[in-house]
Amino acid sequence: MSEFLLTTTELSCERDGRLLFSDLHITLSAGECLQVMGPNGSGKSTLLRCVAGLFPDFDGSVEAEPALYLGHKLGISLLLSVEENLRWYQGLAGQASPVTEVLERVGMAGYERVVCQRLSAGQQRRVGLARLLICNSPLWLLDEPLTALDEAGHELVTGLITDHLASGGGAFCATHQPLSVPQAGTLELDMSH
Amino acid sequence: MTLKTLWHRLGSPRWFYQISRPWIYVLGILALVLLVTGTVWGLVFAPMDYQQHDSFRIMYVHVPAAMVAQSAYIVMGFAGVLLLVWRMKLADMVLATVVPFGMSMTLLALVTGAVWGKPTWGAWWVWDARTTSMLVLLFLYFGLYALRQAIARPEAAARACAVLAVVGMINIPIIKYSVNFALTLHQKASFTLTEAPSMPPEMWLPLALNVLGIYCLFGANLLSRLRLEILRRERGTQWVRDLVLSGSA
Amino acid sequence: MGMIAAPTATSAPRLFWSQFQRELVSVVRSKEEALNPLLFLFLAISLFALGAGGDPEVLQNIAPAIIWVLVLLANMMSLEGLFRRDYEDGTLEQLILLAQPGFVPVLAKIAAQWCVSGLAMTLLAPIAGLILFLPSTVLPTLMITLLLGTPALSLLGAVGAALTVGLRRGGVLLAILVLPLYVPVLIFGSSAVIQHMDGIGTQAQIYWLMAITMISITLAPFLVHAALKISVEQ
Repeated sequence: MSEFLLTTTELSCERDGRLLFSDLHITLSAGECLQVMGPNGSGKSTLLRCVAGLFPDFDGSVEAEPALYLGHKLGISLLLSVEENLRWYQGLAGQASPVTEVLERVGMAGYERVVCQRLSAGQQRRVGLARLLICNSPLWLLDEPLTALDEAGHELVTGLITDHLASGGGAFCATHQPLSVPQAGTLELDMSH
Repeated sequence: MTLKTLWHRLGSPRWFYQISRPWIYVLGILALVLLVTGTVWGLVFAPMDYQQHDSFRIMYVHVPAAMVAQSAYIVMGFAGVLLLVWRMKLADMVLATVVPFGMSMTLLALVTGAVWGKPTWGAWWVWDARTTSMLVLLFLYFGLYALRQAIARPEAAARACAVLAVVGMINIPIIKYSVNFALTLHQKASFTLTEAPSMPPEMWLPLALNVLGIYCLFGANLLSRLRLEILRRERGTQWVRDLVLSGSA
Repeated sequence: MGMIAAPTATSAPRLFWSQFQRELVSVVRSKEEALNPLLFLFLAISLFALGAGGDPEVLQNIAPAIIWVLVLLANMMSLEGLFRRDYEDGTLEQLILLAQPGFVPVLAKIAAQWCVSGLAMTLLAPIAGLILFLPSTVLPTLMITLLLGTPALSLLGAVGAALTVGLRRGGVLLAILVLPLYVPVLIFGSSAVIQHMDGIGTQAQIYWLMAITMISITLAPFLVHAALKISVEQ
């Protein structure tokens, strides 16, 4: 059991003939938040996917605790209702909190029976965020968590991350704009490679 | 060298690149010698067949092509397993390089089979067990080729082809059984590995030479393409740069 | 909120039923996806009947082949959507990341797909047989072979669907990949019905179909899972 939630050693990745990043040494401890910043195409998403285990063609090594990954895609089925989606996540990865509580926290209270197709983009994102609370996981990997969210949504994300850090979790986020999470470390990826 | 060290060494494309060079010449020359001898002997000098007269001579091309076409797919099936289970880099490259050879051999077998069939059975094509399983093999090769073309990243394409090759390899015996079951119309005598050949040595020896020769050709072709693929994949590494700059690739 | 523990694993049977339920609910919510292949099946059968001039003798002889081939094609149409929706909305990559063991929900998806295609076609087969003048004594053989053969079609086809889910124009590619693999099932299924019409016993084919399905159930889920992992990389 490592003391770190996430450790990468000499992590480098090439995609489409371009070297995205090389020789990355990252450690993330409990209670830490690290944000990866850089312009479009700088490899932030690829880095996150390498860490999550979705992209296997990298050099170097990654050691990570079981993580929850929020990617570009919503991660919820639009055919199902909000509650059905969250119950599916419960079936996959266990249950940390009851559905009603979670929905209240993300500002979607009362929407249990609504089919996700009927929700707006921002609301769908909130339901997607809800799974962070439904499933227990020490490490969160968030790719552009502020997408499609309004001011209140930004505050929600910041609040969720802060609470998560306070209870000993860690967050590794790729983002355009800095998150207002206190004491968040920053890793810059640029295109100079 | 023990099997274990061989296994480890095979995981290194660089080592393979270095030791494979002499083998290409060995196999290439063997292939040339065997194939020329076998083909000339079979097409010109071997005695005429009692029933089929001269038309059976196409067998000297058809049978080796068919055998190596099937073996090539099995090689890919095993390479697929090596890639998926043990992530062996070399297996990745084998999958990339065998398909064209296998596909051309299958086509050759089908065409020569038709050429053989016309005088023997009176039709260019019949749906009997062997021809049908060769046709299905061709479709399986097409599938591998199409899948590789459809996926942009070579590493992902190789892995996808690995899965397909494994599925295909497992299916091949089942396909053969099913086709034998339903379509055995023609019990034409031919060369099988398990039965003692009912042909005199002057007839099956050139065949054996051609079979060996074509496997040597397969080996030489595979090795040379593999070396090219290694250079391509490893072009970012120092040893490849040194090799190319010193002009001795 | 105390210290955060690792995600708790769910038992395999519960994982299966949770996924299976989800699939059936999805089917109910988008009925056209499930119905279209079945409609295609009957439309195509009608076209064959019309093309043969409605001649009972001609149709009776080729009915087993027609029905089996169209079952293959309709099943393939149904497979295209097996993973596509989940791929596009991101739930597929979540399934790959979170499900332990990974092949269980995959098997559940395939099982649900079989229910709305293979199983449905088995139940509708008598109608197809009657339209094509198959003698009614042969219908049980038709249904049994379909019942035993269609699971293999769904399982093998799922491998193809998993490999092509992220690709553009994956539909045609799916056909190229999967139809050669379908050949044994087609041969055994069709020849069983034909031989029954000729009065010959069909036990061999039945056993073969069962064997193929057994092998597929054992191997396909892992291969499908591996293929999904590859597709999700894109």
